[in-house]
Amino acid sequence: MDRPFTVCEVRDAVASGRVCAVEICQAALDRIAASDAGINAFRAVVPERALARAAALDARADRAGLPLLGVPVALKDNLCTRGIPTTAGSRMLDGYLPPYDAAVVERLEAAGAVVVGKTNCDEFAMGSSTENSAYGPTRNPWALDRTPGGSSGGSAAAVAARMVPLSLGSDTGGSIRQPAALCGVVGFKPSYGRVSRYGLIAFASSLDQVGPFATTVRDAAVAMDALAGHDPRDSTSSTAPVPAFARALEQSPGNLQGLRIGIPRALFNEGVDADVLKAFDEALGVARSLGATVLDVQLPYNAQAIPVYYIVATAEASSNLARYDGVRYGFRAPGARSLGEMYERSREGGFGREVKRRIILGTYVLSAGYYDAYYVKAQQVRTLIARDYDAAFAQVDVIAMPTSPTPAFPLGERTADPVRMYLSDVFTVSANLAGLPAVTVPCGFAAGRLPVGLQLTGRPMDDALVLRVAHAYERVTAWCGEQPMTAPPSPAHAANVF
Amino acid sequence: MPHSFTREDLDRVARLARLELDATEQDLFARQVAGILEYAAQIQAVDTTGVDPMSHPPGGQAAMRADAARPSLPRDASLAAAPEADLAAGLFKVPRVLG
Repeated sequence: MDRPFTVCEVRDAVASGRVCAVEICQAALDRIAASDAGINAFRAVVPERALARAAALDARADRAGLPLLGVPVALKDNLCTRGIPTTAGSRMLDGYLPPYDAAVVERLEAAGAVVVGKTNCDEFAMGSSTENSAYGPTRNPWALDRTPGGSSGGSAAAVAARMVPLSLGSDTGGSIRQPAALCGVVGFKPSYGRVSRYGLIAFASSLDQVGPFATTVRDAAVAMDALAGHDPRDSTSSTAPVPAFARALEQSPGNLQGLRIGIPRALFNEGVDADVLKAFDEALGVARSLGATVLDVQLPYNAQAIPVYYIVATAEASSNLARYDGVRYGFRAPGARSLGEMYERSREGGFGREVKRRIILGTYVLSAGYYDAYYVKAQQVRTLIARDYDAAFAQVDVIAMPTSPTPAFPLGERTADPVRMYLSDVFTVSANLAGLPAVTVPCGFAAGRLPVGLQLTGRPMDDALVLRVAHAYERVTAWCGEQPMTAPPSPAHAANVF
Repeated sequence: MPHSFTREDLDRVARLARLELDATEQDLFARQVAGILEYAAQIQAVDTTGVDPMSHPPGGQAAMRADAARPSLPRDASLAAAPEADLAAGLFKVPRVLG
């Protein structure tokens, strides 16, 4: 028997008593110790806390019913964890110890998951490569000279390198899906409002959503069963009924008869890598073979999604980041002679360049004289982008696109050119603008061994269908089982350790 | 069409955002923000006559909550992460505000 690794394998093995949560936890900690030095996926690892939690689970008489029993989980470092440093990748929050846990942390732990550490990310989740972290870049486990994508690059790399079977990220314009695609794992951005953001360090509040990374769609669905639901502490969290995500996968699995998949092919311009398009088209062939109908759809205003996103997101960020003023938490520049000087110098010293650039841009588009021309205009085009989707979803059930126009790019390649970096998110931002659920599932390789992701987007609150279609695809393909060479050797024949 | 982003715009906006920028950042941001806005100017060509602006995805509108007192973080926990605080008095401390 192989050592259990996936969320479902771990839960079932621990529930059956075949292995204990402490052994699973130690195996994850060992993998992190063995492989993270060259990857830098983790900002903090908490072995003592994790092993104590695992031991407490092993001692519980009612443990067998816990849906994430003994599952080691890593959390993006913009999710607050009581007593565990939470930096959001920023010098501004160096050493910050939150006084409370994010709602998703409470939910995962209540379901039996064991937090093993916090993962690296672009500063305040602003970036597409994890190079904007104040604590050094994360490297892609498939090619250590390339980025893992971002901003949740650490969470994607930790799962890709098989350090943990489950991690959480946040997705404001693609920050779960793009790194998941570039690292060859499953990443899911739920519908806006589906998962509580209480305790998520805010970036752009009309766009931010928390979601899981895993090696299989089934694992992501099991995690969603624990994560989803109304939370009165997040006033945007939805009161809509929560479906049983994992159970929904079992509805005629492997059969997509009657399903209509829309392809907005007019958006696939010259910037899309040829290998990415080839893998995408092969994935559509698989969907057809399962009974789905593939149709062309038009999303004309999606061509404006990147400029709209970078106006709306920076405007909201400039407001959200006003709280970092050196008074209640975070970095304070020493020696200021007045309150105003203290604010300005603390923000100068605490924020990195991408964050400052976005605060400047966001403040500008909200300022007197420019508000209507930029911010209101962008919000109006946002309405048109959402209407595009409404019209398309009258004809089809899900929309498929490549998740990222290119595979993982070399470290340093795009850092000097913000617009080029922003275009990494060309296929992901519109789901955030419209509040839609979207998943990425591995669908092949480009340029040899660089993973490619297939993105499936659904109607608002139709999260379960998106996951069901992705699951049907992964059942008949082998991409989800592919691992980077930097992952530790498979422990397949090490059953005797138990 | 708004005018292009100038060095004066940068100075004004940095003051509004309470950001002190060093000389390197001033040069870099003046150029880069102008470039981003030039790229973003394409939305000006979209006809949005009569289109309502969208602040949040539909269904995600912020809900009202009851205006009722409820427990919050203990004072000591709220002060614990402050760069400077007077725990006994329950105060955040800042540099002097008036002369």
